[in-house]
Amino acid sequence: MHADPRGVLTGVHFLDGDHACCEGTLAAGARFAAGYPITPSTEVVERFASRIPTVGGVFIQMEDELASSIAIQGAVWGGAKAFTVTSGPGFSLMMEHIGYAAFTETPCVFVNVQRGGPSTGLPTLPAQADMMQAKWGSHGDYGIIALCPNSPQECFDLTITGFNLAEEFRVPVMMMLDECVGHMTEKVVIPRAEEIQVTPRRYTKKPPAEFNLFEADKTLVPEMVKAGDGYRFHVTGLTHDRRGYPSMNVPTQDRLVRRLLDKLKPLAGERAIFEASNLEDAEVVVVSYGITSRVAQRAIELARKRGIRVGKFRIISAWPFPERHIAELAGRVKAFVVPELNMGQMVREVERAAAGRAKVIPINHAGGTVHDPATILKAIVEAAK
Amino acid sequence: MSEQLLEVECEIPEGSFNPVEPFLRTERIPHIWCAGCGIGTTVNCFTRALIASGADLDKVAIVSGIGCTGRVAGYARLDSFHTTHGRAIPFATGLKLANPELQVVVYSGDGDLFAIGGNHFIHAARRNMDIKVICVNNLTYAMTGGQTAPTTPSHVISATAPYGVFEPSFNLVQLADACGASYVARWTTFHVKQLARSMEELLKKKGFGFIEIVSPCPTLYQRRNKMGDGLDTMKYYKQASKIRNGAPTGECNLTKSGEIVVGKFVDRERPDYYELLQAQMRESLGERYAEPEVGCSEC
Repeated sequence: MHADPRGVLTGVHFLDGDHACCEGTLAAGARFAAGYPITPSTEVVERFASRIPTVGGVFIQMEDELASSIAIQGAVWGGAKAFTVTSGPGFSLMMEHIGYAAFTETPCVFVNVQRGGPSTGLPTLPAQADMMQAKWGSHGDYGIIALCPNSPQECFDLTITGFNLAEEFRVPVMMMLDECVGHMTEKVVIPRAEEIQVTPRRYTKKPPAEFNLFEADKTLVPEMVKAGDGYRFHVTGLTHDRRGYPSMNVPTQDRLVRRLLDKLKPLAGERAIFEASNLEDAEVVVVSYGITSRVAQRAIELARKRGIRVGKFRIISAWPFPERHIAELAGRVKAFVVPELNMGQMVREVERAAAGRAKVIPINHAGGTVHDPATILKAIVEAAK
Repeated sequence: MSEQLLEVECEIPEGSFNPVEPFLRTERIPHIWCAGCGIGTTVNCFTRALIASGADLDKVAIVSGIGCTGRVAGYARLDSFHTTHGRAIPFATGLKLANPELQVVVYSGDGDLFAIGGNHFIHAARRNMDIKVICVNNLTYAMTGGQTAPTTPSHVISATAPYGVFEPSFNLVQLADACGASYVARWTTFHVKQLARSMEELLKKKGFGFIEIVSPCPTLYQRRNKMGDGLDTMKYYKQASKIRNGAPTGECNLTKSGEIVVGKFVDRERPDYYELLQAQMRESLGERYAEPEVGCSEC
């Protein structure tokens, strides 16, 4: 299905990542946002607040992030595509509702423009230190999708992808920007509405008497309904059966939790989103994402000029982790170099997928600025020896 | 006595019909509430109010938080949402704004709405969000075993105040009034007729409406405080309640065993959030303002 043209600002623009992300939400069909101000993410909802009244929708500034992260879910069950935006401290407050969205299979989008932490940390400076929190921050076992753009153009494009995946898999999707990507201004091309693919909500066509809100077909993803359509459905954060009724027993728990994880498995393999180059002859592969991938690009180019056979694997869909691709590479390369603006988060996933078959070299940085390409280059040179 | 009761033959005349049943997910009965609990009584009143209001039940959504009253959503045959602890109101806010034709009712307990969820209550009342909040106030955290709530009166013994509560409690109707609620009333589970009528009025009232229902928790509140069983509590409610419609809410504090002022205290006209939003946008944007459409994610 094509995008609703009312939300699409077709043209060539000069935008920062936050603003481009906002245009992505509008193009994707988001007509409801709830937010609470926090640096460096606020520009996303500031732009939404300015744009949405002429597109047709609602922005509400809530009293805190707890409220924002659940108001969007109310809006989703009311029939809207909805999202919220935050950064580290706010993301911490949203954790319970990420679990609620995952467990109730509420399709929605959380934008996290990452800044240095822990605690109040570095409000105006970049980090990539919420990557594990995005997957594991809420209690219990659950699945989410996380995407990592590295440019304003990708903030636009991938936000649309994020909304589409949220609808396809009925999951919360995390847009994991960082302060640099959020505040970096570049050319952003917004195509015409008919060139933008949008995934509509998969509303059931079954009559109420035959419909079960949590009964999945072979895709493992159940169909949706919205309030007011006569289905008289029930949604709960308790362990629930296919009707959505609380059913707190071991078989129901096992079946439900496994399905919620299994439905996302394609993202670890054939549906993983990544950018790769020079992998054919690579001895060393630099695995990176977000702003760090742009610094790594410079190091990779310098290394190849020196004749080092180094390849690039840029993670775009970080969760589910593209482990089948890393595992395949681990069988034929000497080493992975993993620079991150954190003290070693996604590198643990690389290690897990490599399973000892290739060396894994973390290049950690506590955040506040980006890596020096020379640091990454040095690691590539060492790894290639 | 209970054995005698069991021996009484109960004949249900053919064709008889409980008017409440169509509003309940009868396949989920028996419910989890204890004998003598007041929540079921309030649900009965609520269903009667729904009937009397003539509402299209397909357009009524009920949202609960966590706790004993939080389970109400699960028994109501409506679009029903059992959300997280304290967050029924912001969930309801999103639901209402995305789908303004829905009648959105928040049905939850005092701990859920006024401790962990207190911030959301005051802001929804301030905004005059068009949602109806029904609070069953059993003066304690019942689901978790009878701990001190922000509503627990002084000198009451609770699981976490074994020597008696000494911190001041909230007067919920005064709080709602002060925050700007359009409709504020209080009843007890003894006042079933008045409560059902008040709920009907609430459903018809535009803007943020609030009803507090003082309700027994015989298992964890009355028993621990040697206040008898459910029946004794009904007698207390009957004897101690004074109907004072329009009473200044500041004079309606609840105490351990004193007077319970009940009635409708506030019924005022204020534009609700959505009306204010639309008026502002029309004023600022004129014809450029685009009315939101329900379910536009389908388009």
